[in-house]
Formats: sequence, C-alpha cells, structure tokens
Amino acid sequence: MRIDIEGLSVAVAGNRLVHDITLRADSGRLIGLVGPNGSGKSTLLRCVYRALRPAAGTVRLDGADLHAMDAREGARLLAALPQEASTEFDFTVAEVVAMGRLPHQRGSGRASAADTEVCTRMLARVGAAHLADRGFLALSGGEKQRVLIARALAQEPKVLVLDEPTNHLDIAQQLEVLALVRESGLTVLTALHDLNLAAVHCDELHVIAHGRIVASGPPHDVLTAGLLAEVFGVRAHRVRHPETGAPQLLFDRLSPSAS
Amino acid sequence: MDCEGTPPSPPRADGPPLLCVRTRPEPIAYALARPVRTTPLVAALLLALLGSLLCGTGLGAAGIGWPQVLRYLGAGLTGGTIGPDEVSAYTIVWELRFPRALLAAVVGAGLSAIGVAVQALVRNALADPFVLGISSGAAVGANAVLLFGALGALGVWALSVSAFVSALIAMALVYAAARTAHGLTPLRLVLTGTAMYYGFSAVTTLMVFTADRGEAARSAMMWLLGSLSGAGWGSLPIAAAAVTAALAHLLLSAGRLNALAMGDETAAALGVDAGRLRRELFVVAAAVTGAVVAVSGAIGFVGLMVPHVTRMLVGAGHRRVLAVAPLLGAVLLVWVDLLSRVLLAPVELPVGVLTAVIGVPCFVLLMRRRGYTFGGGA
Repeated sequence: MRIDIEGLSVAVAGNRLVHDITLRADSGRLIGLVGPNGSGKSTLLRCVYRALRPAAGTVRLDGADLHAMDAREGARLLAALPQEASTEFDFTVAEVVAMGRLPHQRGSGRASAADTEVCTRMLARVGAAHLADRGFLALSGGEKQRVLIARALAQEPKVLVLDEPTNHLDIAQQLEVLALVRESGLTVLTALHDLNLAAVHCDELHVIAHGRIVASGPPHDVLTAGLLAEVFGVRAHRVRHPETGAPQLLFDRLSPSAS
Repeated sequence: MDCEGTPPSPPRADGPPLLCVRTRPEPIAYALARPVRTTPLVAALLLALLGSLLCGTGLGAAGIGWPQVLRYLGAGLTGGTIGPDEVSAYTIVWELRFPRALLAAVVGAGLSAIGVAVQALVRNALADPFVLGISSGAAVGANAVLLFGALGALGVWALSVSAFVSALIAMALVYAAARTAHGLTPLRLVLTGTAMYYGFSAVTTLMVFTADRGEAARSAMMWLLGSLSGAGWGSLPIAAAAVTAALAHLLLSAGRLNALAMGDETAAALGVDAGRLRRELFVVAAAVTGAVVAVSGAIGFVGLMVPHVTRMLVGAGHRRVLAVAPLLGAVLLVWVDLLSRVLLAPVELPVGVLTAVIGVPCFVLLMRRRGYTFGGGA
C-alpha cells in the first residue's frame, strides 16, 4: 500500500512543529526519517498514526484520506510502534499482542478463535512465542520491542509506522528489530537515530530539520559530509561497507560551525 | 542453522541479517497460566455473594432465628403471609436488613467498577474514584440538606437528589478546570480533583462547624465517612440502575480500556480515540459516584483496593478485571457493612471507618511494594 503525505503541517499547543512535508512511500518500501532531536520526526509520525491531527495537508493510503477514515478502519490499514511503551498495568505478553486485534473486533474485545490464531502466529513470527504468558513489564527492552512488533503485525496492517524502534536496544537487538520490520514486507515509515543503521536498512531517507524536509533520496545520495555538517553539526567521513557496499559514516568531531 | 532455540540468531556479517523464524507456530497456552482461572472464580464469587446477602439479612443485633429469616424472605419475595405478632421482626428482615444488604452489594460493585475505570482513566493503578473530587462535591450537597434542610420540598428524596446534583456540578467544575486544548490529561485530572477535594471538604467542614444542631452534625459526619444506615427499598433503584448501566458500558469498552492503559499514542494507533474514551469514562465515573455517594456517603478504599486485589488474581486485562472486581467489591461491602452493624451493637460504626482500617495498611504496603508514579505526564 502506498503512502502519500502531501503538504502536511502539524501544530502542537499552537506551535507549528512540522511544516509542509510532502513525501511518498511506495508499496513495500522501507522509508527512513532522520534528523537531529527536536527536528519534528516524532511529531510527523504521530500525525501519521493519528495521535495528532494535521493542521494542514493530508496523509493518503492508496489515495484514501487517512484522517477522514473511521478510526478502526484506519487502524486495520496502518499500525504503529509509538516511542512511549510504558504502562502501570502488568498485562501479559499475550494480552498485549491481543490488543492488536482491537480494530477487527466489535465491543468488548473478546478474542475469537481467529483472533487468537493471528496473535499466536505473529508472536511466533517475531520469535516470542515462548514469552506469551510472561508479564510485559518484566521483559527486556529487546523482548518488549519484539512483542510490540507482534502486536502491530496482529493488526494485519498494510503500513507500519515506527518511531525510533531501536532506542535503548543493544546492537544485536537493533538489527533483529530492523530485520523483522523488513521481513514483514509492509510499507514502512520509520524514524531512526542511528545514521549507519538507516544507511544500511532504508530504501530511501528523508532528512528533517526544523520541521522541514531538507534532503531526500537513497541513503547513498543523502548522507553526504556536507549535509551532516549542515544538519547535524558533525564532521564525518563516508566509507563503503567492505561487503555490502552501503555507505557508512565515521564521525570525527563536531564541525567548526557547531562549536 | 538450528532454528529450535527460539531467540532469533544474531545477523551474520556476510549478508543481510538472517533470522530464525518458526514456520509452524507451536501451540501456546493462550488461556493464560494464571494463579486463578476467571470463570470458576466468577461462579464462586456469585455463590459467595448469595451467601453473603443471606448472612447480611440473617445476622444482626435483633436475634431472629434462621427459620424465621428465611420464611420472611420467602414471604417478601413471593407475597406470602405472616402472623400479626411477627410484624416487627418481618420489618427488620424485609424492610431494613435485606434492602441494606442489597444496597451494600450494589455500592460495593459500583465503587469497584468505577475504581477500575478511574485507574484506566488516569492511567494509574493507585487512583480511586474519590481522587476526582466528585464525592466531596456530593458531600457538600448532602450536608446542605442534613444541616440546613435545603431542598425541603423534595421530602425523603432531598438528600439523594442534592448529593447527585452536587456531584454533577463538582464533575463539571473539575472537568472545566482540568481540560486543555488536548483534552483531559491524567496528571491534570488528578491534581485538579485533589485540589477540588480540599475545597469541597472545607465547605462541608464549615457547614458542620456553623450548624447548631448537634445531632445533624453527627449525622453529617457519619455521612462523610460513609454509612448504609439510611438504606431502604427506596434508595436501591437509582443506584442499582446507574451501577448496572455503567458496568455494561465498561464491559463493552474493555478492549478500549486495555488500549488506553498502554498510553494515548498506542491507543491512537489501535484506532481508539483516547480523548473521547477519557471523557466517556469521566462522565460514567461521575454519574456512578454521584448515584452511589447519594445513598451511602463517601465509603473510601473499596474503589482502590478491590481493583488491585482483582488484578493480583486475574491479571490486568480489563474484561477479566471488570467481571471479577464488582463481585468481589459486592461481597466485601456486604460483610463490612454487617460488621459495622454488629461489632459495637447497638452503636453503628460508619462503614468508611472499617474500610479505612482495612484499606490504609493495604495501601501503604502496595505503595511500598510497587514503584509509585502518578499519571504518565501532564
């Protein structure tokens, strides 16, 4: 399913944090958003998964206006992993995954046999079947993220939106999460902190600064020394990954302009 | 590569990350391994509730034998006849104890269900219905009737109506003060509710202080602490209807409550409008608090403790919690009310004193055992 974001502006508490963003994600592509902290990546994504309403512009899924859809219908097409994943309530892993079926259910949230089958399948798919009866709060960061991916997959969506899915994970877990996301085959829009991960895993990157897109394209074209100095304020060397050929960055120091 | 071990293997350096993924899902125990299974627990609690209602009707200061109690109950339920010398005993059983036990069950169920709702509303397992300040608002209205004879034209209904209406006014005040451009946020609700609680309490105290009728002030105090001594058939219908309707609504919202408990953003991603659900919960909580407080005063700690104990028994899933918590609360309050009648008979203790005696140590224990955080951000 294709996402078209057109002229999207988002305001929070009267402050416009995202200005006139236009981008497109073709079906099955993994699109990365990178940019410094506070650049508006999360705000943009929160608007895409409908925690915020746009101040202007539209988000379209295969041409249909997402914000004009019924909320449950939208959640059957687009699932998300928000950054906050904290709760006071100690749900079991199975219960957390079962929440993904909510957009498919009416009323009380009673799981049908089909719902249970989907949840079981998705938990197995992320390699977390053995966690089903564990308390969600007691899991490690990597386990939590896998379970949340299972919940998103249980929505059986066509589009996946992820906000910094690799935060607080060790390197193996980070790679695991991105592999799971890639394997899902869904259209993916994800914010990423780690530019080297983004360079390897994303088909296309959009660099966001001060709420606007300042560069777009394949990682190889976007992650240039000039852009890194300008947007992130760092001096970087770009090298070729010896095996995959993907661009990788070695950071030297803060660029003179930033100090 | 061995795919039997469940954790995915680390990616290899020589290619795209590989992952061990089971092709055939293992059957997992989806009916969760819990300390207690829900269906038998609900059945047991229903039986316990019947037994408790019987005990609440049969036991008391006036020693009436079980055979008579059962006969009077039968007579009341089916319209049988009793002898003229039995009228006073019949009145005690059928007009006082039985409706009182039923009302205790309704109030216990209502406070527990609303406790669950409010905890999901402010996303904190240590909140209770009174944290929204609504009960203390109801107290103002009730005391105006008790102490100054307000709304005298309404006769016996004055107390209930006044408590209910002032609960709704308190709700509107809290809502207006707490709401922001983003809707209701948990922290603001709790802070506003707490501030309003002190405001309303001050008004009540001032009224008790300035009233010159000693007996009325005592009864006002009784009411502030919670008591079912005013129970009769007349006080049942509104409270029972409000609690039943709220419970049905909450059970139908169980899935959305789960999503809300995970945070507003997760809720949004699951197609749940957190702002709307929170407004719904707020109105339901206020209406039931008003209806319950109007007939029983402010009985504390039930709405806090019962949801907690329920979660320990059946986990956090709201469908289970909402099936169990009201029954547990009903059984608990029938017994606590019975104790309040017989412990120091013929003097009657306020129920709220007993629930506090049980509740305060439990609360402190729970708070020390769990990390105490409030709200999840303003």
